[in-house]
Amino acid sequence: MVAANKSVPRKKPHIRKKPGAIIADALIYAVLAAVSLTCVMPFVHVLAKSLSSEAYVIARKVFLWPMGWTFSAYQKVFYDHSITRSMGVSIFVTVLFTLLGLVLTVCAAYPLSRTRLRGRRVFTFMILITLYFSGGMIPDYLLTNSLGMLESLTSLILPLAFSAYNFLIMKTSLQSSFPDSLEEAARIEGAGYFRILWSFVLPLSKPILMTIALFLAVGRWNAYQDALFFIKQRADLRPMQLKLYYLIVAATESFQASETVVAVRTNPEVLKAACVMFATVPILCIYPFIQRYFVQGVMIGAVKG
Amino acid sequence: MTISRADRRLGRKRFRFLRNDWELYALLLLPMIFVLIFKYGAYIGLSVAFKDYKILKGFFASKWNGFDNFAKVFAARDFTRAFRNTLLLNGLDLVLGFPAPIILALLLNEVRARSFKRVTQTLLYLPHFLSWVIIGAVAYQLFSLSGIVNTLITNNGAKAIPFLQENTHWLVSYLVIGVWQTMGWGTIVYLAAITGINPELYEAAVVDGANRFKQIIHVTLPSIRPTIITLLIMNLGRVMGGSFERVYSLMNVATTEYTYTIPVLIYNWGIQSSKYSQATALGLFQSVIGLLLVLGSDFIAKRFGEDGLL
Repeated sequence: MVAANKSVPRKKPHIRKKPGAIIADALIYAVLAAVSLTCVMPFVHVLAKSLSSEAYVIARKVFLWPMGWTFSAYQKVFYDHSITRSMGVSIFVTVLFTLLGLVLTVCAAYPLSRTRLRGRRVFTFMILITLYFSGGMIPDYLLTNSLGMLESLTSLILPLAFSAYNFLIMKTSLQSSFPDSLEEAARIEGAGYFRILWSFVLPLSKPILMTIALFLAVGRWNAYQDALFFIKQRADLRPMQLKLYYLIVAATESFQASETVVAVRTNPEVLKAACVMFATVPILCIYPFIQRYFVQGVMIGAVKG
Repeated sequence: MTISRADRRLGRKRFRFLRNDWELYALLLLPMIFVLIFKYGAYIGLSVAFKDYKILKGFFASKWNGFDNFAKVFAARDFTRAFRNTLLLNGLDLVLGFPAPIILALLLNEVRARSFKRVTQTLLYLPHFLSWVIIGAVAYQLFSLSGIVNTLITNNGAKAIPFLQENTHWLVSYLVIGVWQTMGWGTIVYLAAITGINPELYEAAVVDGANRFKQIIHVTLPSIRPTIITLLIMNLGRVMGGSFERVYSLMNVATTEYTYTIPVLIYNWGIQSSKYSQATALGLFQSVIGLLLVLGSDFIAKRFGEDGLL
């Protein structure tokens, strides 16, 4: 990273002034602007739809701005107990998963980043194998079944909490940020490893801990495959993404409150749009602030991945 | 450090390191338990591929039946289709999706307006942070027959296009959505590699009369070649894999021709029809081929004098 930063302010010696170069510049800016707009426009459209009244949506008049503003669709989403409950399940699972994942990653990465620890290679190798070869969907399912974790939230929290990829990032980062020599000094002062970990390593590793916490949290929040496999009967334990899958993608389930709570019928398209936005907004709000931590993690992971 | 007599006496004992480093081993205990139970535990489950597994009997009481399950898998008509589709979807994904972030990174590198670059990058990263369910749901809002895109098309007098409701169109939409989702995020590694290029190389190229395009071809691309090769190896290894969530969020009952991939077949066999042994055999086949592909392309890359992956 240091070497990379040093070369940032360089001026690339371009041949300027020629009209060809100006046209090339204009083209590059135009292409990039167009491509990046495709990344937001879909969501602007869905947002507009979710805030429009149904007559305009049925007449297909809504594009990027709401027509006939109304919050009734959102009202229904909030009144639908099963949707808010799924949101609650997602938050609960994500928080516990992230905390557990952090503890496990630190507990593995700190000892194995110490070069003189005996058996270090064996343990590291045991962990890294899981990066390249996994049991697969069915063995995972059978394992979850024999541990009695089907139809329970533990199946969403425990199995994936420790990931070899996060471990690798943490270990790589610790090796460079907290070299053995620094530790020797603390050992001579008489500090035990628990103490060193708690008072030196963790405070020094705040950025990388943040990165890993976000990897864990966003990954858990977005995944639905395991929930689809493990939670089939208990509809009350469905996390948000799975709920969304049943409501919208598979459309096998209807909105609970659509007839009872609010008297006016809402077009299902509007309701779907509101529901998608309800699930997307949390990510949309935080991602501009968290993306730099992600970028950092990707860079460390790319060093040896 | 001076070695005291007491220390030397301890040194004779082979387990002095345990006494010194017990705290480190204690820390390791919890994560290793998780690895053993949840990763290696699943490896035990792989034995089901060689057994006539009955869920009521459990792992150990079920009878071994050698490669019978594999024979059944390869004989199934569904398998041929799933195998073809997996290679087709992932192969096309690689051809279209691999160059996209490289091109995008090269374009971004030409941008000198800082704020424009920052905003563009932030927007381009967005799809990476969204779940496949949300992307699937939004795709149907946009591209279904009554969606906004077809509204625009029919308003201009043309016929509506069944983007997601007809097999070939679905395939194209699937690929485009995939490229769209990954290209922005994929630029990060390339941009980092480009930042590391020695600026003198560009100066020398300019002296030789290279214009911007030639600088890209003769300086930038050769300099990031190791990164490109490494990522290509990683992607080749995934040609047999593919995301279950991505296909599953975009598929519908009208377009099953290309949606039937190996992960979907494993799900259908294993979770929906309780054919655990066959599904596990198929999964094992898939991961072994995947592993061989990674090792093979790594070997070839090293043969050609590249860094490789492992």
